[in-house]
Amino acid sequence: MTTPSQTVGPFFGHALPYEGGPEIVAGARRDAIRVHGRVYDGAGAPVPDALVEIWQADETGTIPRGPGGLRRAVGGFSGFGRCPTGADGSYWFSTVKPGPVGAGAPYLAVLVFARGLLKPVFTRLYFPEDAHDEDPLLAEVPVARRDTLIAEREADGSYRFDIHLQGERETVFLGF
Amino acid sequence: MTHPPYLHPAYTSTVLRAPAQELVMPKLGPDSVELTAPVFGDAEVGALDADLTRQGQGEPLGERIIVTGRVLDSRHRPVPGALVEVWQANSAGRYAHERDEHPAPLDPNFAGAGRCLTDGAGRYRFVTVKPGAYPWRNHHNAWRPAHIHFSVFGTAFTQRLVTQMYFPGDPLFPYDPIFQSIPDEQARDRLIARFDMDTTEPEWALGYQWDIVLGDTPVEE
Repeated sequence: MTTPSQTVGPFFGHALPYEGGPEIVAGARRDAIRVHGRVYDGAGAPVPDALVEIWQADETGTIPRGPGGLRRAVGGFSGFGRCPTGADGSYWFSTVKPGPVGAGAPYLAVLVFARGLLKPVFTRLYFPEDAHDEDPLLAEVPVARRDTLIAEREADGSYRFDIHLQGERETVFLGF
Repeated sequence: MTHPPYLHPAYTSTVLRAPAQELVMPKLGPDSVELTAPVFGDAEVGALDADLTRQGQGEPLGERIIVTGRVLDSRHRPVPGALVEVWQANSAGRYAHERDEHPAPLDPNFAGAGRCLTDGAGRYRFVTVKPGAYPWRNHHNAWRPAHIHFSVFGTAFTQRLVTQMYFPGDPLFPYDPIFQSIPDEQARDRLIARFDMDTTEPEWALGYQWDIVLGDTPVEE
């Protein structure tokens, strides 16, 4: 008797984003990484009214179990971030690279909500420098589409992860 | 099938945004990161965040209502400490959002956004005003039934739910492609709150009850 999903619609901007939402750790922290990208629709147009959320383990692979999801303690790590996309479809997070949890390669769990999405899409962001051959989830993804789950390292050290809701480069979305 | 499909062409925004490829369904299911969720403490939510009628200088116009219910998991166990976020149009059907161009009046005393954490019994409670219906440009003479948007965190990231709560007896239900995107009528009806005289407070506000049942994943039964 699950409650059905409905779209987040276009008008969540005064309700869901919160101060510091994209900043899971301060950008000034020595081991901080920047993750960014754009959300695109099936025509290749940026999606300016999406909401991206991430959830992850910390740098040691520990999953946070204490409060702080909305208001992180100074120097604290909540593991949760939320960023609305800008007019150009872009989002960003400042965080740390998670340590491995279990047997698979480290990843960020990613959820995207948007007007026109009647339910969210769920995916994973993997890091390009890690070994992916042994990852149990990636092993189930058709080889030709695996790249859509792996961020690109940019010249400035940041990680770029574009999300294509539809189209030739459609991101792999997970159903569990 | 509880949830709407991604593609529901009557809701035109789905046409270019619905994934076209099959979802990948990992044999092992979600792992330990995806089976946990952020934790929120009482200090993170303000005392007045759950009363949308007391966030301005004065009271907003409209029909004052109480909306309350429980957040339950798929086995109908209460979820305490769940973050519930709401947002809605004002009583005239206008959002306090720069992109809402509906020529209905804004209410300086109504921002239309709230948050609370469920109590030990999984219960949330908001005080607000009943939102108005409003037009949108999906098709000719398109109007959304009155609704309150809800965003809920369970104990797993895969339980994350964003949905809309509707009011009983709304004449716009048959014409709304977002409500009608849910194929099963009984599932649609689970989005309609129940008017409740026991929740209604004399000389003050009408009461509605609406329980939220989280699935195990955001996309499948």
